[in-house]
Amino acid sequence: MTRQTEFRTALLDAAQPQPEGLSDGKGRPAGRRYNVYRNNVAVSLSEALETGFPAVAKLIGAENFRNIAGLYLRQSPPESPRMMLYGRGFGEFLDGFAPLAKYPYLGDVARLEFGLRESYHAADSTPIDPAALGIDPERLMASMLTLAPSLRILRSPFPVVSLWRYNMEPGAPKPTAEPQDALILRAEFDPEPHLLPPGGAQFIEALLCGETLGAAYEAGLARTDAFDLSAMLTLLLGGNAITSLEEPTP
Amino acid sequence: MLDARHAHTVLPNAPGVGYKPQHFSEILQDVRPVEWLEIHAENYMGDGGRPLAQLRALSERFAISVHGVGLSIGGESPLDADHLARLKHLCDWLQPASFSEHLAWSTHDSHFLNDLLPLPYTDATLTRICDHIDQLQEVIGRKMLLENPSSYLAFDESTWEEPAFLDEVARRTGCGLLLDVNNVFVSATNLGFSPQAYIDAYPLDRVGEIHLGGHDEDEDDHGAPLLIDSHGREVVDPVWALLDYTLERSGPRPLLIEWDTDVPDWPVLADEARRAETALARMTEAVPA
Repeated sequence: MTRQTEFRTALLDAAQPQPEGLSDGKGRPAGRRYNVYRNNVAVSLSEALETGFPAVAKLIGAENFRNIAGLYLRQSPPESPRMMLYGRGFGEFLDGFAPLAKYPYLGDVARLEFGLRESYHAADSTPIDPAALGIDPERLMASMLTLAPSLRILRSPFPVVSLWRYNMEPGAPKPTAEPQDALILRAEFDPEPHLLPPGGAQFIEALLCGETLGAAYEAGLARTDAFDLSAMLTLLLGGNAITSLEEPTP
Repeated sequence: MLDARHAHTVLPNAPGVGYKPQHFSEILQDVRPVEWLEIHAENYMGDGGRPLAQLRALSERFAISVHGVGLSIGGESPLDADHLARLKHLCDWLQPASFSEHLAWSTHDSHFLNDLLPLPYTDATLTRICDHIDQLQEVIGRKMLLENPSSYLAFDESTWEEPAFLDEVARRTGCGLLLDVNNVFVSATNLGFSPQAYIDAYPLDRVGEIHLGGHDEDEDDHGAPLLIDSHGREVVDPVWALLDYTLERSGPRPLLIEWDTDVPDWPVLADEARRAETALARMTEAVPA
């Protein structure tokens, strides 16, 4: 085993013996000095998770969060020095964590928070002038819309947007049990989760797949007759989320 | 007309601070802020958004030092090619006045441990470090500065003293050095050597930047002081004294205040920078005309 393999193994597992041959510089074994590194690694990764998943931390309490983060960081240490990406799999970890089985929505709240973080760091884009949509309606429905790289969608069987707001925004109403689809928009620099109406997620997913506006509208209508196209376009325009309109070639 | 960027191609022999996003507005509004800022490279490796917008705005006005904390130059594994490419991209568009990294490792078997981990000072380590620095300097097309670590323990197999090891790395690779005097003080206290003797042995002519930061105090198993490099408070007086001792021998250098945890309000950080400015001014006065 190489020096760094044994060093790394004992860093993440306090049950493993410390590497041999470490001293205090005066001939005595390093002892708890080695634990400075154990502590630095665990605390820095745990704090990164707590910073990245504040709503999950509020939902389960800071102490529970740190205990769970301690398990996660040992099972899934970062795979890149870009700490902004750390925790991508935290939602799946929470889904499968038996002691939290009574709170099945935690994974979706974590995925929403990770989506907000991804959106925060996503590429910038220039929105179209809303007037560009004022073309002949038939041509408009045959056009394709490009959406901002900072846009994210999350479909959930739980009230994921309400849960997030209830924990992050003072005075937000208590969530009631219902499925919710979330749309993350970043109008400038601060991503915000929006609650999508029924059919909204299908509509946006169709646009993301390169379908025409008409086909995306059909996808929304297939979910509910009440699907409101103009409300969806208003939501997207308000979030600076439409970045191009490609009209059909004549 | 002088290109504004052109004026920022070197770090001035003046105080700078580690940039924190919460200070963005105050730094831009301060009538007499610092002359330069240091950023952690890895925080600016997203594709867009506020971090990059702030950095672009700051780079118009301040010299920027890019300080990498995740390359794992001392790692036994090869350097991460994707990460090298990201560092090159950042240096290419930002054209910083300086790039620095650490004598440490942080990635092993593709796991990033988010800490600066220690190295034995052996010939094998020396060869590996020099290969990695050669590779980095080749990719980013510029010389880097290598920073001395804070040590909490020593490796039995070490055959080099740290200053001589750093000097040899710099001699072989042509890199410069970043001298962190708080790290010297922390290591000297923890391992029982004289910080002044360390500075005496250090190749000060290779130093392109000096770091100052705060540390925490703990104890080892025997009740001996164990200082932790936390960057979470003011620089202590003995470290300021060690800075004076260093500057008397090195001459003026760019000085950086690092404060990364429990980050204070801007005026507190600005006060630390002014104290560094005083240290530089005192030294200039001491030089005979």
